[in-house]
Amino acid sequence: MKQLWLTAVTDIVESLRAKWFMVYTLVFGGIVALLFVFGLTESRIMGFTGLSRMLVTYIQLSMAILPVFVLVTTVRSVAGDREAGVFEYLLSLPIGLGAWFWGKLIGRFIVVFMPVFLAMVAGIVWGVIRGADVPWGMFLYYTGLLLSLAWCFLGIGILLSSLTRSADVAQGAAFVVWLTLLLFLDLVLLGVMIRGGLPPEGAVAIALANPMQVFRTAAMMLFDNQLVMLGPSAYVILDHFGQAGYMVYAISYPLLLGTLFAWLGYLWFRRSDLP
Amino acid sequence: MIKFSQVVKRFRGQTVLKGVDLEIPLGHRVALVGSNGAGKTTLIRCLLGEYTHEGRVTIDGMDPRRQRTEVLSRVGFVPQLPPPLKMPVGQLIRFAATLGRADPQRIAEVAGQLGLDVAQFRRHPFFKLSGGQKQKLLIAIALGRDCDLLVMDEPAANLDPEARHIFFGLLAEKREQAAMLISSHRLDEVATLVNRVVEMDQGEVVLDDRVDDLVDMASRLFCRVGILRPEPAFARAIAQWGFTPDAAGTTWEGWVAGPDRLRFLGVLSRYAALLSHIHMDEPALQEKRA
Repeated sequence: MKQLWLTAVTDIVESLRAKWFMVYTLVFGGIVALLFVFGLTESRIMGFTGLSRMLVTYIQLSMAILPVFVLVTTVRSVAGDREAGVFEYLLSLPIGLGAWFWGKLIGRFIVVFMPVFLAMVAGIVWGVIRGADVPWGMFLYYTGLLLSLAWCFLGIGILLSSLTRSADVAQGAAFVVWLTLLLFLDLVLLGVMIRGGLPPEGAVAIALANPMQVFRTAAMMLFDNQLVMLGPSAYVILDHFGQAGYMVYAISYPLLLGTLFAWLGYLWFRRSDLP
Repeated sequence: MIKFSQVVKRFRGQTVLKGVDLEIPLGHRVALVGSNGAGKTTLIRCLLGEYTHEGRVTIDGMDPRRQRTEVLSRVGFVPQLPPPLKMPVGQLIRFAATLGRADPQRIAEVAGQLGLDVAQFRRHPFFKLSGGQKQKLLIAIALGRDCDLLVMDEPAANLDPEARHIFFGLLAEKREQAAMLISSHRLDEVATLVNRVVEMDQGEVVLDDRVDDLVDMASRLFCRVGILRPEPAFARAIAQWGFTPDAAGTTWEGWVAGPDRLRFLGVLSRYAALLSHIHMDEPALQEKRA
């Protein structure tokens, strides 16, 4: 356990000094700052105003940025470290492979989740200072969603880093995965597939299997609890899960998926060449 | 102590190690030499449990892959190319010392002996140190732990002559308690450090010889070199060894670490036409003679 935390702390220290982390932090910090600069809390959309309005926008922007950022920075830095000889040296020290792998994953998770979370907290604090009401339920739920999404894509990133030997190949693979998931976010594509003979249940299953779509639908649910914007597929979701059930699914499914991918990555890492 | 039995390693169909058999008992200091691509680094990575392979590698009967922590806690490793770690020097020392159950102060002391003041660089990112400073720190981490196997890849390549002398002295202290595997693509770089030479070529051991190890690793030779006329190129080369000239600039004096004598003569050989005399003497030997 000591080795695991030591590795996690080391990875955090390494990441905090990396350029990608600075860019990553600036992006999420910048989003919140821009939302305030442009007076988003004073505007109104679908009945939302104040901090709720800011959170709704922030979560939509996070969905667009977080997955690709987590994927690319993870595969670039982990596979890059391997290429540069960091693994060769650090893994010559007496540390268990499990402690190293999971410690690195935990450290990396803290590093990718904290800027997103802290940016949101900073937004809340700023809103409170300016006298806005805090939508605690929404804040907690969005925190859970962001945590789940970050973990899921971190798991995918770690798996890709384990499978590939070079940073360039890993980055290419990460883009392909992200683009594939992005492609199936497109309701038009799903509509075309249904017209081409895919059963509607198949299209809904694809949407429910895609962590980005799950996140998107769950984020939507808080301001459109009947999922009117989704059209007929809302019936499938609400009939099968119910609103509360779907909210639980939206947090637990990406968490499980990320853990599964990370576990597969660990199995591969343990059985393959380390540097 | 270390045993390689029929070790075969393939990368995408290309066989890099072709059934290596090798035994290295305690007290052996082995120079692992060979040209680029001979398989030296691959063999070292198999020994450190970093590569999967066919055949068996054991250290005192233990598998470095399956019993990683037990085996690697006894191994000190210095890579040829320092890793581009962003963590501060102090953090790296703490990380290595905690894993290796060593005293960070002891590592800092060894670094200090080699001429690297850890206190000054504690908050400095490792990758921003100079090549020599990185090498000194990695050597300090390896020698500051209780290891009975030292695996070093061109360990003294970036060190200045004074640091090399101290490094040889530190190795001399370990010579009876540890086995050493020192990899280099040039035998003259490591010849006087070792008592056995293993040469690899295209994934096979092609030479395995014992060599005399009469050179005291901690010794120093007093040298006086005379040249026919002052020569700026020669002056630059010999000044790097810490030598100082007389007023005329034709006689240079200084100290050379005992194990470095062959390397020093190699440098002088480049200026053979310029040399008028060379005098090398080991004070301890003089005393013995007297």
